[in-house]
Amino acid sequence: MSTNGLLKEFERILGKDNVFSEETDRHAYSYDAAVLEPSLPDFVLRPRSAEALGAAVRVCNENRLPLTVRGAGTNLSGGTIPKPGGVVIVTNALNEILEINEQDLYAVVQPGVVTAKFASVVESKGLFYPPDPGSQSVSTLGGNVAENAGGLRGLRYGVTRDYVMGLEFFDANGETVKTGARTVKCVTGYNLGGLLVGSEGTLGIFSRITLKLIPMPAAKKAMMAVFSDVSAASETVSAIIADKIVPVTLEFLDNFTIRAVEDFSRAGLPVEAAALLLIEVDGHPAQVEEEAARVEAICRKMGVMRVQVARDGAERDKVWEGRRAALSALSRIRPTTVLEDATVPRSKVPAMIRSIEEIGRKYDLLIGTFGHAGDGNLHPTILSDRRDKEAWGRVEKAIDAIFEKALEYGGTLSGEHGIGTAKSKYLQNETGRPAILYSRRIKAALDPNNILNPGKIIGG
Amino acid sequence: MKKLADLVKSLEDQLVVCMRCGMCQAVCPLFAETGREADVARGKLSLLDGLIQGMFKDPEGVNERLTRCLLCGSCAANCPSGVKVLDIFFKARVILTGYMGLSPVKKVIFRGMLAHPKFFDSLSNSASKLQKLFLVPADDFSGLSCARFSIPALDRRVKALAPVSFHSSVGRVETKTASGLRAGFFVGCMIDKVYTGIGHAVLSALEHNWVGIFLPEDQGCCGMPALASGDIDTFRKLVRYNLERFQPSCFDFLVTACATCTSTIKKLWPQFADYMSGAEGLLIKQLAEKTMDISEFLVERTNIVPADSSGCGDKILLTYHDPCHLKKSLGIAAQPRTLIRSNPAYVFREMNEPDRCCGCGGSFNVQYYPISASIGRRKRDAIIESGCSTVATSCPACMLQISDMLSQAGQRIQVKHAVEIYAESISP
Repeated sequence: MSTNGLLKEFERILGKDNVFSEETDRHAYSYDAAVLEPSLPDFVLRPRSAEALGAAVRVCNENRLPLTVRGAGTNLSGGTIPKPGGVVIVTNALNEILEINEQDLYAVVQPGVVTAKFASVVESKGLFYPPDPGSQSVSTLGGNVAENAGGLRGLRYGVTRDYVMGLEFFDANGETVKTGARTVKCVTGYNLGGLLVGSEGTLGIFSRITLKLIPMPAAKKAMMAVFSDVSAASETVSAIIADKIVPVTLEFLDNFTIRAVEDFSRAGLPVEAAALLLIEVDGHPAQVEEEAARVEAICRKMGVMRVQVARDGAERDKVWEGRRAALSALSRIRPTTVLEDATVPRSKVPAMIRSIEEIGRKYDLLIGTFGHAGDGNLHPTILSDRRDKEAWGRVEKAIDAIFEKALEYGGTLSGEHGIGTAKSKYLQNETGRPAILYSRRIKAALDPNNILNPGKIIGG
Repeated sequence: MKKLADLVKSLEDQLVVCMRCGMCQAVCPLFAETGREADVARGKLSLLDGLIQGMFKDPEGVNERLTRCLLCGSCAANCPSGVKVLDIFFKARVILTGYMGLSPVKKVIFRGMLAHPKFFDSLSNSASKLQKLFLVPADDFSGLSCARFSIPALDRRVKALAPVSFHSSVGRVETKTASGLRAGFFVGCMIDKVYTGIGHAVLSALEHNWVGIFLPEDQGCCGMPALASGDIDTFRKLVRYNLERFQPSCFDFLVTACATCTSTIKKLWPQFADYMSGAEGLLIKQLAEKTMDISEFLVERTNIVPADSSGCGDKILLTYHDPCHLKKSLGIAAQPRTLIRSNPAYVFREMNEPDRCCGCGGSFNVQYYPISASIGRRKRDAIIESGCSTVATSCPACMLQISDMLSQAGQRIQVKHAVEIYAESISP
């Protein structure tokens, strides 16, 4: 079909107001939050119903149009950057919470529901949806499922995958596929949900998601532990877990990040500290008290400089303020901020932190490291200026080196940001060739015309 | 286009600060209505980037999307990497208007009328007499009017021009008091020509607190409407015109009761004063430093304290809306609340999201009324849900929008300025 014919067809299916074809509008969907080159789609579609979404997918397939689904466009690996001349489907008009079932503890949502809004509605019913990616105030649940998003609470509560009970999605032909159930147990058929979660829009397009909810923990307690050396901090992490305590969050900030946060927000962080651990435990009030005391004792045994336990909500907020400001504070130092998420087994966190420091020195780059030490998911954040070609060359080499180290330590390329296009060239180093070929065969069988977010994860 | 790309390139160092994280989507009132990326700061910033890269055949599309913005500053206030969004948008509007020219209608309004305060005054004086021909009262409560004849563009309810403007009724005022403290009063167009009661409330508040007053009769517009349309020439002219009338040595502080005027004088005048001569630039900076919102001035420079809020038997329930130009651009939110709580006839109750934009956005309201109204209805609902019978704010433009929304919904909720609430408690 001609471009004009396609425009008419999309307008017929979706309504004129929901099809953007002017170059300025299309330009606004040529990028996401990853530091990559933008790429201009031919059409941007904003369906207002699941039916319209399915019909749009069918038209794309019939016309071999590459199609990229976009929630809030906060992707950090380029997963929402379209193919030139392709179609972007924006899900933010499909934003209804269809059901919250307090008896059976699940919710059914459309893909465009914003994560934080959903979490707060759930919370108002005394229930809890734990995944809390950094972009939760804007990110969509559909995007979270497609990327298998994590967050600060991964250590105790897992990631998005652990909360997906069922999915309805459109396959490449625009047929509705249902998988999973509203029950805790379900072994009916292939675990298609398992395949689709984290598939980054390459295997299907969600129209309806069933999510598991859990009861809200009754109490929580946060504390900040200040360390004079990094190894003591990371050994403390291992010691806490070895003592059979699983905190909700166990966050790490290195000295560079601490100083950046303090310069930025004057929150009163100890700039002399080599590392900070921010720890929160939750559960039954008695258990929280006991675990907090044990964590404090472990910190002391491991040679902490000092521990500050939050006595009330205000002090708890204060503890988290520094962590929340970390990315902001770092990003203000230089124009370009590259936020990586290489992840290593917990025991390798000290080694990984040392390696990142060495890489920063070797390539003469500013790197601040913070992140989820409890689950080994660190965020080395490289600060540079993309316009400076020479410096950017060093950034790229440093990124290569960080991934190489993460794999050397038995880790993984991505804890929570996905592979997209940014990391697909490293994939083989982690999974080996057969895993890529196996994945490509799945992709080819399910999407013979290669229209579903082509080029992401496995290339091609 | 190459020339335009070079001009926009002057913004590059500011543009590159945006890391495309998309957090502005959480707070942009326009995006909440439309869900369109080109409506939110990240999208607009990427369009400006696109202009530098020479991505567009026609700059008009970019210009149009840049204009579709309330300039409320919610994005800048919430930006993790500290992008100076409003600064960039104003500069970009100036660049694009300089390159493409001002629309004929805006030329007439800004260069023909606004830039000549005396002519503008006489024009609005005539209009105030003629408006009876076109307007009829919308209801018996709000004091708003609607069009006598059905005109699609006028499906809103407006506050008619005052029969006598504020400056005609009070003339020039120059008083000194024993306190030695003296405030210049920058009135602003809306208070001078529409909400004259606010002007009188400011005068009585100052007098009551023994503050001397400096009020030149022939003040001009603060220039915001011109700058928002990228008309830097008219903006400059107005800054100069006002500067001649408000020499900083004539008063200790310059007060205004319009959030937009305050933030324009305080932030935009010095920001866009770089091009002015050294001496003039210096005066502008002095003036900006002396400029205060009226609530901020009264609370911080005189002795106003909240009244006893107990015994709420027959008291009036009152809530407060934060104008964007006061809270998000200047961080002033506590002072107006203190001021209104000093009136013992009221009991204060916070509404949900008191700092959510009312959707007015000055000329945005004229150009994009349906979206403006739909943003306004959220504010209206928050006010209604608060259960209050009076809503106060600190900006006449917000008052206009909120009154329109409440009146269309048939709600009998009073809309007042914070200083009017205060003045009620001191009037004899």
